[in-house]
Amino acid sequence: MTTALSARYGLIRGNLSLRQKRVLWAWSFLAVPIAFYSIIRFWPTLEAFTLSFTDWNLLRPASFVGFDNYIRLANDPLFWQVFRNSAVYLLIGTPVSLVLSFVIAYYLDRVNFMHGFIRALYFLPFLTTAAAMAWVWRWFYQPLPIGVLNGVLTWLGLSQQPFLRSTVQALPAILAPAIWAGLGFQVIIFMAGLRAIPLSYYEAARIDGLSELAILRKITIPLLKPTIVFLVVFSSIGFLRIFDQVYNMTFNDPGGPLNTTKPIVLMIYQTAFKSMEMGYAAAQTVVLFLVLLVVSLIQLRLLKDH
Amino acid sequence: MSPNDRSLKARHQAFPIHPGRIFTWTLLFLGGVVMVTPILFMLSTSLKDASQVYDLRLIPEAPSLDNYKVVLSDGRFLRWFLNSVIVAVCVTLSNVFFDSLVGYTLAKFQFRGRYLVFLAILSTLMIPTEMLVIPWYLMASSFGWIDSYWGIMFPGMMTAFGTFLMKQFFETVPDEFLEAARVDGLNEFTIWWRVAMPLVTPALSALAIFTFLGNWTAFFWPLIVTNSRELYTLPIGLSSFAVEQAIQWEMIMTGASLATIPTLIVFLLLQRYIVRGVMLAGLKG
Repeated sequence: MTTALSARYGLIRGNLSLRQKRVLWAWSFLAVPIAFYSIIRFWPTLEAFTLSFTDWNLLRPASFVGFDNYIRLANDPLFWQVFRNSAVYLLIGTPVSLVLSFVIAYYLDRVNFMHGFIRALYFLPFLTTAAAMAWVWRWFYQPLPIGVLNGVLTWLGLSQQPFLRSTVQALPAILAPAIWAGLGFQVIIFMAGLRAIPLSYYEAARIDGLSELAILRKITIPLLKPTIVFLVVFSSIGFLRIFDQVYNMTFNDPGGPLNTTKPIVLMIYQTAFKSMEMGYAAAQTVVLFLVLLVVSLIQLRLLKDH
Repeated sequence: MSPNDRSLKARHQAFPIHPGRIFTWTLLFLGGVVMVTPILFMLSTSLKDASQVYDLRLIPEAPSLDNYKVVLSDGRFLRWFLNSVIVAVCVTLSNVFFDSLVGYTLAKFQFRGRYLVFLAILSTLMIPTEMLVIPWYLMASSFGWIDSYWGIMFPGMMTAFGTFLMKQFFETVPDEFLEAARVDGLNEFTIWWRVAMPLVTPALSALAIFTFLGNWTAFFWPLIVTNSRELYTLPIGLSSFAVEQAIQWEMIMTGASLATIPTLIVFLLLQRYIVRGVMLAGLKG
């Protein structure tokens, strides 16, 4: 009798503790990751905000200076130049890479002959190291007799261009390899989106006598909306954070000539790790964070509403 | 969900062949050739000697591996290569382990606080890493992690992106499988490792490919956290090497080739998986 009862009791207790045991397992699985995210992600985030209100420069102890760093930033002509440069990287880079990759994906999706090979040609640059390819492009842009592009231009009977030495041409010249390297990724994502559109939609549209252009406008693009939103936000963040190409292609005068190619991240790098003005640099990183946040939110709002 | 050959065939029947298509194909092909031209020029110039660099023909007149011998002779590149391999492999293994463990826990366990943990991890996606490098640098210098493998690796050991990706995939694993394993008396860790993990291998390979590639090409953080040449990763080493070579473009191209060739080989071997992985990650992520 008692044994039966205790066995039953034990069973109930066993059942209860089985569920508790699972909760315990869950928290033990999460223990190390929670510690990691707290120490490596959340704490540094708070610290970056805190540092941005101090004048710390590694030499003397930090003291609270309120919004001084932000006021200094707002009055720094270099910051506005850098801000403009970053905007240009974004405003040229995102539309150009999106239109190019969509056109390529749209036609590549219909190609049967050597499909995998052509796809590989477009995808290959995505796997290269930006720092390595920056030097290849830098070589392309050299003046004659070394530079490949100027060689082609003179061969075509056109005049030589200064490229990286020009305050006007340098930024697009640096943007080109960034677009080039990211194109393959965007093509693949667009193709995945195109594949997800059921073929019956196209067939029905053709039976209805819609032209290819009408099909593109009325079916393909609206149904690709989620893909487009993802790629716009993703590539905008990428162009706003451009660094590797600029650093390597303008090494002798980072961000030059005359700061016309300097993006926000390069300014942060120089302020923090060349001038060692950690507080001021932290304020710049907070501004970068706000810019990324605002740009993403605006894009999501605009693209979702249509 | 991934495009297979049958659906490809069906698509091509849906888009019939006509002369315009040949024109389109040619344009696409030429565009693709333009895309790989920088890589071809890099490889070609790495096989030329200094006197031929001015000759812009793609096929070198007298190709030789002499540049590679010179660049590799002092062992610097091998060391940087080794550093990059160690860093990328360790970070990838860590991400495959922890991101999927956390993703699995958030997808398959019921407990109070689950949603909060998920939101907290997801919220880290909003913070750009550039904002964290200054605190990371201070942390690394106070713990003596500057110029160490751990210093290069620690910020990326787990990522919210990977966790989110794995959570999405573990949600598709039927609970019955896990219950059956529970009835068999397996403990929760073994169920995850032996039962659930093999069911999401496509997602694991996508995560592994992305993490490896991201760390192999990483520049910003390794540039900050390494001071001594011995600890440079390949991209940082190459950058310093190129600066030092000044105008010896054939040497710079050889270095750039050494940084690029390994990923190209891996790609040629694993193209199918890589393209599928990018699609998977892009669609779910």
